[in-house]
Amino acid sequence: MIAVEVHNLRKEFLRRDAERSGLRRRRRRVPALEDVSFSIARGECVAILGQNGSGKSTLVRLLSTLLLHDGGSAHVFGHDVFCEQRAVQRLVNRVSVEASFFKKMSSAENLSYAARFYGMTAAETRDRIPMILERVGFPVRRKHEAMEHLSRGMQQKVSLARALLTSPVLLLLDEPTTGLDPRSKREVQDFIREVWASHDATILLCTHDLAEAEALADRVGILDRGRLLCLESADELKERFGSETLEEAFFAATGREFEQENDDAERGVFA
Amino acid sequence: MRGAAATLRHELIGLSGVLERNANLVKRYAWWELAFFVWSLANTLTIVFIAKGIHAAGGKLDVDRATTTLLIGAVIWSYLGVVFEILTETVAWERWEGTIEYTFMAPLARPIHLIGMGLFAVVYGVIRTAVLFAVIAGFFSLHLGGANFVAALVVLAVASVSFIGIGMMTAVLPLISPEKGMQMGFIAQGILGVYYSVSVLPQWMQWLSTISPATYALRGIRHAILDGYGVGAVWGDIWPLIVIGVVAIPLGLAIFGVGERHAKRHGKLKRSG
Repeated sequence: MIAVEVHNLRKEFLRRDAERSGLRRRRRRVPALEDVSFSIARGECVAILGQNGSGKSTLVRLLSTLLLHDGGSAHVFGHDVFCEQRAVQRLVNRVSVEASFFKKMSSAENLSYAARFYGMTAAETRDRIPMILERVGFPVRRKHEAMEHLSRGMQQKVSLARALLTSPVLLLLDEPTTGLDPRSKREVQDFIREVWASHDATILLCTHDLAEAEALADRVGILDRGRLLCLESADELKERFGSETLEEAFFAATGREFEQENDDAERGVFA
Repeated sequence: MRGAAATLRHELIGLSGVLERNANLVKRYAWWELAFFVWSLANTLTIVFIAKGIHAAGGKLDVDRATTTLLIGAVIWSYLGVVFEILTETVAWERWEGTIEYTFMAPLARPIHLIGMGLFAVVYGVIRTAVLFAVIAGFFSLHLGGANFVAALVVLAVASVSFIGIGMMTAVLPLISPEKGMQMGFIAQGILGVYYSVSVLPQWMQWLSTISPATYALRGIRHAILDGYGVGAVWGDIWPLIVIGVVAIPLGLAIFGVGERHAKRHGKLKRSG
């Protein structure tokens, strides 16, 4: 069964130029995604690699119903992402690079708020929240502490708990380990592996961490300047580009050298 | 039928989540709440003392009546501020905390989300306004024995429907312009006749006042408190409020929907920074 099907997906953003034309700054269209096509089978974990500004977050936000597209199509378990938003929203949840919580509220209060939107009652969350926090390795005794008192790693665990609390069948992970210390990063990766093995979830992992992509994903895609250059297993990618490492394959696929890798940050594309 | 009941249940649970979150935020920001209340108190006092000041300067006026008129204007202004601020925070606060993407990708109907915010704003606003009114009235030893507080509350309740509708319209502004939206929301509150009769305003402002629910709310509440009018006697102010409310809520939802689509089209449905 196909979990995600994306066909010629296109998204552009309007950006103001620094130079003025008369009183107004000129606007230009900047492509964030250009004719991206791929599919993900149910239960598969696919990683999309790309540097900052390559369009990874735009892809995740389109699939999360937070953006409207400019062309092409996207379906999640057969539901049109742009026409059947409510149906898609029930199936999807995400973890992004920023944990994003009400900082004065506790983890329990933040999780309750998120759960209510997915139809979970107070009675249901009372038992479920401590259970899920324990599962992600969060010390349950701290569930009433304000989020602002928790470390970045702890906050990211609560973010994982928020995503899992609603039992999503499609989990969108947008750089979930960026900025974490090595230990927290390892714990989050282990947990993703565990969820994938034990939970009937399909995972789309967007990252610029090549080792993470290789360790977690069945297939790895390279997204460069809004274009999906390839989507294969890590071994197939290395073989195709005659590379020993995924890093070498990445640079061979994009056709640029390491020294040129600041280019995309300068594209000004909404990441 | 079962499907509709399940959907309704889902939406009501979502609505309870909005109320619960707001209550948690009030609890967590308790000291801020206290500080803002004291600020409102001081602000209101400076306005209400104007009546005594004019009298002391030799002006001829019924001090008790003028004080009560100013008090009603000041507390209703404060109430409106609270209602609009909470509704504007539907977007602004979530953007500031960074939770906006999680909230707006959740399967909750936007009307339910906004109505939840509106309900909380009204309940919180009424409690805060009642306390503010009581404390200030205590400062001036006002004789309010003849006041009809039930009629005043009925007028405020009916007016609140319109205020929620207008609040929904202003709530969309931070979605369209993250930088200026909130300020525009406050400007859009331009309420007329708060501390004086609308008859003293220029003609064009008087015309605007006829479509402002605050005009009818203030007049109805003043009649109820100052003159002891009952609900029947203030019906002339209640029915326009009902009409404005019936128009304002669907219009507010429609405008918010247009703003949300605009934000999704242009990538503005995202956290600040």
